[in-house]
Order: sequence, then C-alpha cells, then structure tokens
Amino acid sequence: MEDFIIIFLLSLLTITAVAIIFMRNMLSVIMLGSIYSLLSAVIFVVLDAVDVAFTEAAVGAGISSVLFLSAFAVTGKRQVLKQKNKLIALITVSLTAAALLYATSDMPYVGDPNSPAQTHVASRYIEQSGSEIGIPNIVTSVLASYRGFDTLGEVAVVFTAMIAVLLLLLRREEDQEIDREK
Amino acid sequence: MKNNPIIKQTSFLLIPVILLFGLYVQFHGDYGPGGGFQAGVIFASGLILYALIEGQAKAEQVFSMRLARILAASGLLLYAGVGVASMFLGANFLDYNVLAHDPLHGQHWGIFWVELGVGLTVTSVMLSIFYAFTHFK
Repeated sequence: MEDFIIIFLLSLLTITAVAIIFMRNMLSVIMLGSIYSLLSAVIFVVLDAVDVAFTEAAVGAGISSVLFLSAFAVTGKRQVLKQKNKLIALITVSLTAAALLYATSDMPYVGDPNSPAQTHVASRYIEQSGSEIGIPNIVTSVLASYRGFDTLGEVAVVFTAMIAVLLLLLRREEDQEIDREK
Repeated sequence: MKNNPIIKQTSFLLIPVILLFGLYVQFHGDYGPGGGFQAGVIFASGLILYALIEGQAKAEQVFSMRLARILAASGLLLYAGVGVASMFLGANFLDYNVLAHDPLHGQHWGIFWVELGVGLTVTSVMLSIFYAFTHFK
C-alpha cells in the first residue's frame, strides 16, 4: 500500500514538473512550484520524515512562493524565450539526466539497514540520545545539540543571505542617482 | 487583493492562529516535529500575510525593518553566545552539559536558547527579504 502511495505521489511530481516546463506565465509556474513542494512534503510524511516535511511545506510551498511573487513584481510576469542554442541545452540536460540516473544505481535502497547512513552514528543517536540529551524528538537533539556547530553555520548562512539581498536591493538614494547618470 | 472583503476577513481570522502556531512549533520542538527554522518561517509568513492585506506601511508599524535587522543579528549572537557561555563554564564550544547543575537540564536549556536564536534570525531574515523586495522600485 505504501509503495502504491509513493508511486502515485511521484507520478504526480513528474506531471507537475512537466507542466512547469510548458508554462509561459510565471504566476502559474510559481503556483505549480508550490504544489511540487507540497507533494514532496507529503512524500516525506509517508517516509516518516515529519521534520523535513514540515520544513519543505513551510519554506518550499509557503515562503519561497511569496518571495518569488514579490520578485516578479519587480521583473515582470512573462518569460522571454530565446530560441537559439536549443541543441546545446538539450545535450546538457540529457547528459546531466544520464549521469544522475547512472548515479542512482549505486544508491542504497530506502530503509536498507546496511546503508552508510544507518551504520555510522545513527544507532548511537537512537540508543543514547534519550539518556544523553533527554528530549523525545531525536531530530531536535541531533540538530541543536550533537550537530549544534553545523546549525550555527546554517543560521550564519541565512543571516549572510539577508545581508546580500539587502545590499543588492536597498541601495542608497545617492547610488541610484549615480547609476542614472551613467 | 486589499479590497476583497472575503480575503481580508479570512486572513484576519487566520493571522492570530498562524502566529500562535509559530510559537507552538518554536517551543514544542523538543517534543514534536518542528524547531526554530520551521517556527521562524511560520511566524514570518503570518506577518507577511498581514503586510499583503494591510499594506507595507502598517506592517512596518508592527515589525519595522530596523527591528528585523536588529533581531536577525541578535538571534545569531544568542546562538553563538550560548556556545561562548559553555566555553566560559569550562566545556567545549556549544557543549550544553555545563549550563545547569545536571547535564540533562543543561542540554534542555542549551537547546531552548539555541532554537530561540534560530527562530529569531529566520523570522527576521524572511521578513527583511520580503520588505527589501517590496521596497525595491
């Protein structure tokens, strides 16, 4: 049953992705992208990764759609198509897809107990985090305590992204005048 | 969108629930799914919804750009500060065991403050980016 649900959701993902390719109106592309994120969130729930599903639904389907929408308020809503170099694009995409498909043959099956993800530190987290950290959600223990240093880096990345966006978009009046004179 | 009464009334019903849910996800992350990242995004989306309905100016009366920038930096500082505090108490950077009398309590406190820092930074960063786009002409 679970296999059937995942296959069904994955085919919906493929349909959404193909629909995005043929869309020319950016508004529809954003909405379909949001649906794509929601579908992936549902797949994560089926795979028992509720924390990841939560993030995907909030960030992928929620905030990024709003940010894209406000970005298109600046740039315009229609995609301008350039017809040249179609062959090179096709070759690049096919090669990348072939490389990805080839790489997936080496991936362990989902839930394989002998996969590297399960044999390394995961068992320690599952067995010891109750007595070492003492909170029920193992994901939070890993994220905030065992891997606290990584999470500090992630927060720094988010902060740096904000600085970059503000520097690019909120230029001072004088700078804008200099640009106009050029 | 601002003039549509249905959207406006529905959003006004939803915004308090979204903000409350954000706080729940923030402070319940130890026990259920969620944590600072998700809570920050949910809280920010509530405020962004308010900005979309009532306009940028009113939203900035609630949560100004300046406040967003200060909170973004202070969230990161709070996180790093927990690390420095544990260093001063004689353990490694971000080793929460020493933050309280017994290691489990210390872990609890450390995770609480660290997640709060994450939540503050993520909320403010999302809002700042949204404000920056809407200010850009």
